Amino acid sequence: MQITVTVNGSDYTREVEARLLLIHFLRDELRLTGSHWGCDTSNCGACVVWLDDTPVKSCTVLAAMADGHRVFTVEGLERDGTLDPVQQGFAECHGLQCGFCTPGMMLTSRWLLNHNPHPSATQIREALSGQICRCTGYENIVRSVLWAAKHAEEPTS
Amino acid sequence: MQVPAYVEYEKATSVGHALALLARFGPEARILAGGHSLIPMMKLRLAQPETLIDINGLSELSYITVTDGELRIGALTRHAQLLDSPVAGAHFAILHDAERVIADPIVRNWGTVGGSLCQADPSEDLSAAFAALKASMIVQDPDGSRTVPAREFHTGPYETVVAPGELLTEIRIAIRPGGGSAYEKVGRRVGDWPVGAAGAAIRLAGDTIAEAGIGLTAVGAQHFAAAEAEEFLRGAPATEASFARAGEIAAKHCRPSSDQRGPADYKRHLAKELTTRALRRALLRARHQDA
Repeated sequence: MQITVTVNGSDYTREVEARLLLIHFLRDELRLTGSHWGCDTSNCGACVVWLDDTPVKSCTVLAAMADGHRVFTVEGLERDGTLDPVQQGFAECHGLQCGFCTPGMMLTSRWLLNHNPHPSATQIREALSGQICRCTGYENIVRSVLWAAKHAEEPTS
Repeated sequence: MQVPAYVEYEKATSVGHALALLARFGPEARILAGGHSLIPMMKLRLAQPETLIDINGLSELSYITVTDGELRIGALTRHAQLLDSPVAGAHFAILHDAERVIADPIVRNWGTVGGSLCQADPSEDLSAAFAALKASMIVQDPDGSRTVPAREFHTGPYETVVAPGELLTEIRIAIRPGGGSAYEKVGRRVGDWPVGAAGAAIRLAGDTIAEAGIGLTAVGAQHFAAAEAEEFLRGAPATEASFARAGEIAAKHCRPSSDQRGPADYKRHLAKELTTRALRRALLRARHQDA
């Protein structure tokens, strides 16, 4: 079947099998390998992307379900050479070590801050509770998101 | 790498279209809503439909309203939408209690209320919540719709009364004054299926329980309900002693089995304790002493 998906603002039309998962469409068809393919069971959250305006686990969504819809991935966070404050926060606060969970963590964090610009540490932990990090113990991830909330308004270089 | 087997795919554009597609593709077609139960089962070949009928475009099935004294929930309503709905929480706090502990926020963004009910997993939280609330399910086919009581909806593990060619479209709960409800769950970790869980919905007449509904999850209760405990509570004083006794009765009549989430006797203990706790909290809410 032919599908057209708008990914990070650009339209992509591809011939795919209906059984193709969105994560594999992004990584293998579009070569957008920033989204990571982790547990394959919608537990770990490494594959989180936005479908329209909602974070979803793309290992449990068919590419066909995104036909005619917008997808936003980690590649879309940086704009014109400027990192999103969430990306800066992860860099500033050591919010990652191996980096495998990071794309999903950052996309959920961006979504959280869009809906709640000044979340508490507890709200951040709740928002990220469907995503697993085996390096940081989460402490630095929470600090990273708090950093992004604090620096949201400031011009970035 | 887990990938579903080859499958045909159709996008439905209306309820009528979805029903026509179901008729055309026959009993090996499956409705694809959020897909958060169906797609994992397809990966494992526990489900191998020939055709998927995607209903995610049917915004007409995504709503939460109060109509004719009932809370009405469209089958395609996402878990996150039910959790975020002030009107659902105001009338039936049990729904927010349950939604808060269903999977995780990202899964709740896409998984649907109707999909969870049709999946009919014995550990699924909303099935017990709706059983406690004595909800009704609206099931449509091309000739019209029928109303099925929540307690007749599930016919066994992973089985419902929804026949090939039919579609669950709505869940209805009667709103009655003097009511309070709550849901209590114990899981091994955040986001996991319950080891055991219980929901309670009571209606008071003064200090007496006029009506009680008790739902049980993951402990082998028939139709997700504790009918004997409900019978005991009807007309009983709304006291701690009544709730403790109701918990004992609920535990006695359920049939949990030992598995990786815990031994049967522990689950039976949970059925007792969580039933009592849910009743206690439902009472506080019925009296507006919020809990």
